[in-house]
Amino acid sequence: MREVRISLVGFGIVGHGVLEVVRRKRELLKDMGLDLKVVSVTDINGTLFDEKGIDPQRLHGARTLEGIANLGIIGKEAIQEIDSDLVVEVTPTNIVHGQPGLGHIEEALSQGKHVVTSNKGPLVVAFNHLKELAQDNGVMLKYEATVGGTMPLISLIEKNLVGNEILSIRGIFNGTCNYILTRMMEEKYTYSYALTEAQELGIAEADPAYDVDGIDTAGKVVILANSIFGMDVKYDDVNVTGIRDITPEALNLAWERGYLIKLIGDVPTLTVKPMLVPRRSPLAVGGTLNVASIETDLSGTITVTGLGAGSIETASAIVSDVVSIYTSRQIDA
Amino acid sequence: MRLSMDLELQDIPGQLMQSLEPFKKYKGNIISVVHHRDRKTPRGTVPVQIVFEIDPSNIDNVKKHLEENGIVVVRAGEDRFIEEISVLLIGHVVHSDLGDTINRIDSTGFAEVEDLSLRMPGIDEPSSAYMRIRATGKEEIGTSLSILRKVGAEKDLLVIEPIEAEKI
Repeated sequence: MREVRISLVGFGIVGHGVLEVVRRKRELLKDMGLDLKVVSVTDINGTLFDEKGIDPQRLHGARTLEGIANLGIIGKEAIQEIDSDLVVEVTPTNIVHGQPGLGHIEEALSQGKHVVTSNKGPLVVAFNHLKELAQDNGVMLKYEATVGGTMPLISLIEKNLVGNEILSIRGIFNGTCNYILTRMMEEKYTYSYALTEAQELGIAEADPAYDVDGIDTAGKVVILANSIFGMDVKYDDVNVTGIRDITPEALNLAWERGYLIKLIGDVPTLTVKPMLVPRRSPLAVGGTLNVASIETDLSGTITVTGLGAGSIETASAIVSDVVSIYTSRQIDA
Repeated sequence: MRLSMDLELQDIPGQLMQSLEPFKKYKGNIISVVHHRDRKTPRGTVPVQIVFEIDPSNIDNVKKHLEENGIVVVRAGEDRFIEEISVLLIGHVVHSDLGDTINRIDSTGFAEVEDLSLRMPGIDEPSSAYMRIRATGKEEIGTSLSILRKVGAEKDLLVIEPIEAEKI
């Protein structure tokens, strides 16, 4: 049995999901020869540490670690002090400077710890730097959950499509925009009405700019460009148009001619913009779904679709990354 | 190669069948046949337009065969507008001089706006327009889109292109 000591940094929606998935899948993971032990959880209030592995019951119903933390250390200091093999970094994302996640990931990699993250910010700001840092320290940096949530995209390309040249990836990478456009088309809602509905359902944030202006999608385009296409690009290199100006009339005109309007991110052209998608295209998925079409030289075009966000869904992608680090290592040995 | 032909047939039974025969003989693939029975020429003949694909080296044989059978070949040549693309515009489409927007495409000589639909929900609200552009080739479609993007930037219109266009 291989014991894996995990430090969880960030205790928001995704952090909760990670604890829950590790708990639910404990037996299955043990059957695979892995004993995943979350030895610490850190948020801005402090760190909860238990060498034997934290019992999720202790955190049941808690939204933060206030009053629960048993160590006063946070952030980089916590990563440095606590003896762990792997850091799961799930703090809030910032696409401009990448902090605090960037510092956390740098610290973990420098300490020789593997890192699994769902945090786009650090990767958008410093992908190649972090990748090199991982390599120099002989550890792995995995980030499947940053693009398309639970939808397997990066691992699909790196593992199953290995040997293929990837010519392009285009798709819907933001569930909030897809939900708003779907409702505008189906119910003839105005943009602002559909946005309000999405906000009431918790699908859109109170400040929706990050989603509806295409910023989130552009971040994912940057990550795909750097990781899959070996480019060295930043957020500013992406040409971004959001969905605020889309009208129900435009959606209706498009529908009559056999099209839907979707916010499409495209690599390597580095564009994010609303586009006409044929109704019968595999990219024409509705609701909050994400979808990606991968154009390859050998395998033709492969399309994957799935839930782009959600606590358990994102955590599932994170746990898959953790497992893949240790299973691929076994093959190496 | 895709070509089109304008023919004039005598208004007698069997002429249409006869006009299609050389396409079979010279391995042409007929894409469409439009038979204008209601639009007879002053000469009393019936105009027919045929669009087809054929090895260009056989086109003269087809023409010769037709003429030998008394069928008038008015025009034969490449189908000019073989590519088309759908585009949506959102913004003050009409008040930013829709005529000029269309003319910027039409004046190229290699592309034309066909089929325009407009939705104008209210005086101060942005309108939405659907247009189909036809052009002489893929490259010309690409150029037309660049023109439209430029016009869009000038007139503050959101130009929504189809995903297939990216491949052009």
